[in-house]
Amino acid sequence: MHVKEMLKKPRWVVYLLIFIALLFIPRLLSLHNLMLFEYGLTFAIVGLGFNLLLGYTGLLSFGHGAYFAVGAYAVAMIGRYFPSSYAMEILLPAALFFSLLLSILFGFLCVRHTKIFFSILALALSMLLYALIFKLYYLTGGSDGLRVPIPSLFGISNAGVRRPAFLSGTYYYFLLFIFALSFLLMKGIVSSPFGKALQAIRDNEVRAELIGIRVRRYRLYAFSISGLYVGLGGALWSFVNGHVTADLSHWLFSGEIVYMTLLGGFGILEGPVIGAIIFTYLKLYAMSNTEYWMFVIGATLIALVLLLPNGVAGAVANLWAKIKKGKAAGGTSC
Amino acid sequence: MWVVYTLNGLYFGALLFLISLGLNIILGVMGILNLAHGSLYAIGAFMAAWTIIAVGMKAPAFLIYLCLLSGFVLAGIVGWLMEKSLIRAMYNRTLEYQLLLTFGALLLLEDVIKMIWGGQAYYASAPFDLLGKINILGNVYPNYFLFVMAIAIVAGLLIWIFMAKTRLGIMLRAVSLDREMATGLGLNIGGLSTFAFVLGSALAGLAGALVIPTTPALLGIGMEPLILAFIVVVVGGLGSLKGALVGALLVGLTRSFGIAIFPEIELPLLFLIAGIILVAKPQGLFGR
Amino acid sequence: MLVIEHLNKNFGYLQAVNDVSFEIKGGEIVSIIGTNGAGKTTLVNLISGYLKPDSGSILFFGQDITHASPYKRIRLGVGRSFQIIQLFGNATILDNVRTALFSRYGMIRRGLLPADRYSSVTQEATAILDSFNLLDKKDLTPKGLSEGDMKVLDVAIAFALKSKLLLLDEPTSGVATYDKFKVMDSIVAAIRKEGISTLIIEHDMDIVSGYSDRVIVMHEGQILAAGKPDEIMENKEVKATVFGILS
Repeated sequence: MHVKEMLKKPRWVVYLLIFIALLFIPRLLSLHNLMLFEYGLTFAIVGLGFNLLLGYTGLLSFGHGAYFAVGAYAVAMIGRYFPSSYAMEILLPAALFFSLLLSILFGFLCVRHTKIFFSILALALSMLLYALIFKLYYLTGGSDGLRVPIPSLFGISNAGVRRPAFLSGTYYYFLLFIFALSFLLMKGIVSSPFGKALQAIRDNEVRAELIGIRVRRYRLYAFSISGLYVGLGGALWSFVNGHVTADLSHWLFSGEIVYMTLLGGFGILEGPVIGAIIFTYLKLYAMSNTEYWMFVIGATLIALVLLLPNGVAGAVANLWAKIKKGKAAGGTSC
Repeated sequence: MWVVYTLNGLYFGALLFLISLGLNIILGVMGILNLAHGSLYAIGAFMAAWTIIAVGMKAPAFLIYLCLLSGFVLAGIVGWLMEKSLIRAMYNRTLEYQLLLTFGALLLLEDVIKMIWGGQAYYASAPFDLLGKINILGNVYPNYFLFVMAIAIVAGLLIWIFMAKTRLGIMLRAVSLDREMATGLGLNIGGLSTFAFVLGSALAGLAGALVIPTTPALLGIGMEPLILAFIVVVVGGLGSLKGALVGALLVGLTRSFGIAIFPEIELPLLFLIAGIILVAKPQGLFGR
Repeated sequence: MLVIEHLNKNFGYLQAVNDVSFEIKGGEIVSIIGTNGAGKTTLVNLISGYLKPDSGSILFFGQDITHASPYKRIRLGVGRSFQIIQLFGNATILDNVRTALFSRYGMIRRGLLPADRYSSVTQEATAILDSFNLLDKKDLTPKGLSEGDMKVLDVAIAFALKSKLLLLDEPTSGVATYDKFKVMDSIVAAIRKEGISTLIIEHDMDIVSGYSDRVIVMHEGQILAAGKPDEIMENKEVKATVFGILS
């Protein structure tokens, strides 16, 4: 990529500025808020991957919690059964590997079906995993779940380091770095011919097939990549949370993933990132202020769908486009 | 013991049939997958439990059984409210919006149930106790389970006759087969859709009510039946009454035998069977 | 290059295509006319692979494609446009055509760079848009197009597949009368330039006689007559069965 060219476009300048700003976050936020932000970042990665499937390929899965769980449990189980290999260099690739594997398997079963069936099947498969995790409690800890200790990072042992120090130090920068990489990679994917083909499939499946695109195959590719991202998010999340449970594979959790993607707006790349951050705070706010937080979340979801179908980022983008249109003739789509 | 397992399977199947029938009617006529369907089941359960407890143990038998119907009615009313407010907004939107709206409704309803009935468990076993037991092939078996099966059969028959023979039923089927054509024929799509949604929701509530005498009403009671209903729909085929019946029996029997023989494989076994059926016949057994 | 022999297709008791045989040579533009329900669209569906015939054969450059999948036929060079417009609603006009090109060149799997960086493909897409008079609208989405332009775009996408045979299903239907000739001019100019064989389903006789090399008349699943446009216009049988109903 030509860096000079990129810097000319305002979008990249903004990205760079935001990235630099984010480097200072640990100094600005309290530990509690920093952890929240880190949760938000991990969900942002999840959202980016999930949106490849939803926003760009047009498939809605209420079962992506399964891949999140796989990523998280891969980490936890290595920690429990192979403690000598408990290093980030091993943990992340393992999480990626297993979540990719499962998403290819489940994805293969799901993409053979049309939209409603697809959604039901994706949901059902994630519940299958949930049931397995739950019932095989002697392996997975069942409803108690498993602990996630602090790993060593590239040879630097973190033995004796307490979680708060880990999270506000090394881990934050590591997470930010991975997030930036994931973001750039996804940007590349969606603007590539592959990304264009996925959007064509979303817009008109019949025509896509008739211009020679193997619809089923590409849906599977999109599904697998999204599963990979979600698994990565799950693994990274597990270090912040320190604990994993079967609920991660429950369809209600998958619903939260859908929610945050929609909240931010699934029409543009940055949408899920914004949605993930907002949702993290929204949920916490609701949970700490009322015991009926599900009502709050549900009501805001409904309001969102009815009033802001393009999500927060989408609404902002629409507004921006209208402003631009007012200045020059002819608008463009994203 | 096999007799008992089979009977239990038929009992589960009966309940699942009612829930899936409701889901299928809504799916067939409106093309909407209602994620809040399980919440309607829960509403039926809580309402039934609450009214049975309210009328007390001394009430005449028929009144206690009538209370079960209250679940059917309330779920229907809530369904009506849902349809008028939310579903109307969804007609021309894509599937994603429908799923998201109904998901939001689910979250909402779960907490509404909590607001109204609180977090405790409601035990209302009177209908179960009153019917006593019967001896079948050397096994003692509660009559209540047979009662539920009978209700499911009656409901299924009524719906079948309704769909096949009555004008309203035929109109509903027309809408489910081809919505555009039906509009062209001058059918009142809005009214029919509302009716379908109310009927489907009421059936879910009925199933919830019927399960109460055997198990307490608890928060989250609707989650597992929802998942199972989805499996039934997937296995039996979208929009098919026959499919709902066969699917429900299949799932019910698998569950019953699964739980009895090897509890841990119950859900995975179900999925395995569902998976095999789907690979062979992607639209489900009787799907379109 | 396209040889159809004794093609049959029925739907239950309805014989949609009944013992149809004809040929299309390279570079020819052939129109099919006939009353509604005469079997024209079924015929196109059979040729493009959307439907499979009950009997008969379809040879394309000597290759038997009678039962080939639509995907295979596209790869061999059979492209079609649609009576009811089938576009990619959220993509720019440029992308509508360019994605078809990416697919044609097998780049969807191999291309790792942003689409815009593929200058040769992008240039080719703009060239195609230019020949169809859509270049000035290349950054719009289909929502911003007139009905006629959308039809032209639909054909342009099929064209981008480098088809050797184009099947156009009522390319001017839904287009305002005063635009029809403009639309056909664009399409036919691009077609003639590349020497692509074309099969057009049309109802408008002015369009048919203005642009076709040959005309085939279908009625109730069978071929009633075939020949040059002016011959067909004079044909008594054709006049009776078809023109009485056509505009």
